[in-house]
Amino acid sequence: MKALAARRHHRAAPVVLLLMALLAVGGVYAAFAPSPAQAATASTADIETGKKLFQANCATCHGPSAEGTDIAPSLVGVGAAAVDFQVSTGRMPMAMDGPQAPAKPPQMNEEQTAALAAYVASLGAGPAIPTDDQVDPTQGDAAEGMALFRTNCAMCHNAVGAGGALSSGKAAPSLMNTSDRNIFQAMETGPGPMPVFNDAVITAEGKRDIIAFLTEQDKGSAGGNPLGGLGPVAEGLWAWVLGLAVMIGGAVWIGAKSS
Amino acid sequence: MSDSKTPSTEIGPVDGSELATTDRFADPGVPEHKPRLTDTDPKAAARSERIVTILFVLSVLGTIGSLVAYFAVRPDGTVPGVRASTLWLGVTLAISLLGIGFAAIHWAKSLMSNREYVDERHPIPSSPEVREVAVVALQQGVEDSGIARRGVLKGAMLGSLALFPLAVAVPLISSVGDDWNVSKFRHTLWRKGMRLATDPDGRPLKAADLTVGSVAHMMPDVSTEVRESGEWISEKAKAVILLVKLDPEDIRSEQRPGSSYDGIVAYSKICTHVGCPVALYDQQTHHLLCPCHQSTFDVADGAKVVFGPAKRPLPQLPISVDDEGYLIAEDDFAEPIGPSYWERLR
Repeated sequence: MKALAARRHHRAAPVVLLLMALLAVGGVYAAFAPSPAQAATASTADIETGKKLFQANCATCHGPSAEGTDIAPSLVGVGAAAVDFQVSTGRMPMAMDGPQAPAKPPQMNEEQTAALAAYVASLGAGPAIPTDDQVDPTQGDAAEGMALFRTNCAMCHNAVGAGGALSSGKAAPSLMNTSDRNIFQAMETGPGPMPVFNDAVITAEGKRDIIAFLTEQDKGSAGGNPLGGLGPVAEGLWAWVLGLAVMIGGAVWIGAKSS
Repeated sequence: MSDSKTPSTEIGPVDGSELATTDRFADPGVPEHKPRLTDTDPKAAARSERIVTILFVLSVLGTIGSLVAYFAVRPDGTVPGVRASTLWLGVTLAISLLGIGFAAIHWAKSLMSNREYVDERHPIPSSPEVREVAVVALQQGVEDSGIARRGVLKGAMLGSLALFPLAVAVPLISSVGDDWNVSKFRHTLWRKGMRLATDPDGRPLKAADLTVGSVAHMMPDVSTEVRESGEWISEKAKAVILLVKLDPEDIRSEQRPGSSYDGIVAYSKICTHVGCPVALYDQQTHHLLCPCHQSTFDVADGAKVVFGPAKRPLPQLPISVDDEGYLIAEDDFAEPIGPSYWERLR
């Protein structure tokens, strides 16, 4: 101590003190400030908010601790991806019972959706919300995506993703306006009647290829107006109604006598 | 004619002599010619002429326009480029052709003579003199060729003419009925121990990787050479299966040992009605719907038909796993896949 005291008038003393002070402040800041990595994962506060939201909006059907009831499945282990898909597309909370939950304007904002997803993810491990990279159509191969889409998706969702009817009042929705994130999540989690296509069945790259193929459809069809992409029904209707009317009109005009 | 005659004589007045002359409609003849506006009014005729001229000129412009469009708007490979090229070519060609068509019809209707003329039919047979000359010429020809005297020659000619069609018909019929081996409908590429591969990317799949509610479209895991051979496409069309992972408690049909594995069942994807690929799977009801005629199969209950025109359940492919945990076939299908055919016996 004596030696330290003797050197307190040393001319380097202020610099050393300043350095020590800076280190102390920096250390304390580093210890208390939330790092970006921590911000990405769910905080306990988020989970708490999510739990409250869940009990207010979802527990009626899914049970007070999301264990499921007779009318709704258990949410333990469905993962954040399933919650984000269902809530951000407005499918959940359901407005009324029906063959399947239809998409509608979302009831929860982004923070509430994230909190709900964090809460359900905390109940059991499940598919996480995909990163922006995983769903980036520019990194996918649209041709590969078409081959995958044709085998796995086109029978229900139509060859260009225009959607189609199923039995018992169910329907495969159009994918034209579905966000890339939601398309990925739907394959990953299998919402409603849709089966699950996990990463073993369609690889993560394959899913991105499918998103690339669907994004390609937004550029429109080289053959002009696709009439909703519905195929022979829409095309046949126009051919019969419009084409036949024009032909009959032409025949009448040719056969009519000039005045 | 007799139909219209009989009732008219029956229900007509007793005095039938008048009816005999009126049971046929009298020929009304050519209707009286009424002049058109363009026949009487030179102004109207001039206007019509102008319209026809304008239509022809429009057609000329359309033709020029289509040539300009062909060279100026090339399809550059992009969707808007192809669309612009097709649109301009189509519109200008339509103007070009419709211009000619409308002009011709308007010309014929308003300016050309619209009087009707009667032209009586000629008798179809030629005059007796012409026919006699023709018969004589034919007989002369037969005599000159000496075909009646030279019997061998006649036989050789007839024989060669009769045989020649075989040179065309035999190869043709033989290629149409390329393959009469119907027993191959009974078998697919599946063999004991053959791995299941994902369609279209051809990866083998581990049983442990499938989650409940999963569906995978699978085909036989064969070498690249087989996959590039010409027969692969028809072999694949017979062998494709749909793999479904169910909660083992949901399976209601009796599963013999070695037919399913840990809730994973595999059924032929070819509909037993007319052979469409059945693939619309609803994971809530475990129903598999055929898009062609709405045949519905219950995957949880041995793919039994629950709705629609199909008569038989989808054939099940017995599966298990190999040492590494990959899904393999235990055997070929026990019965022919797809729709009925004559030799199928049921």
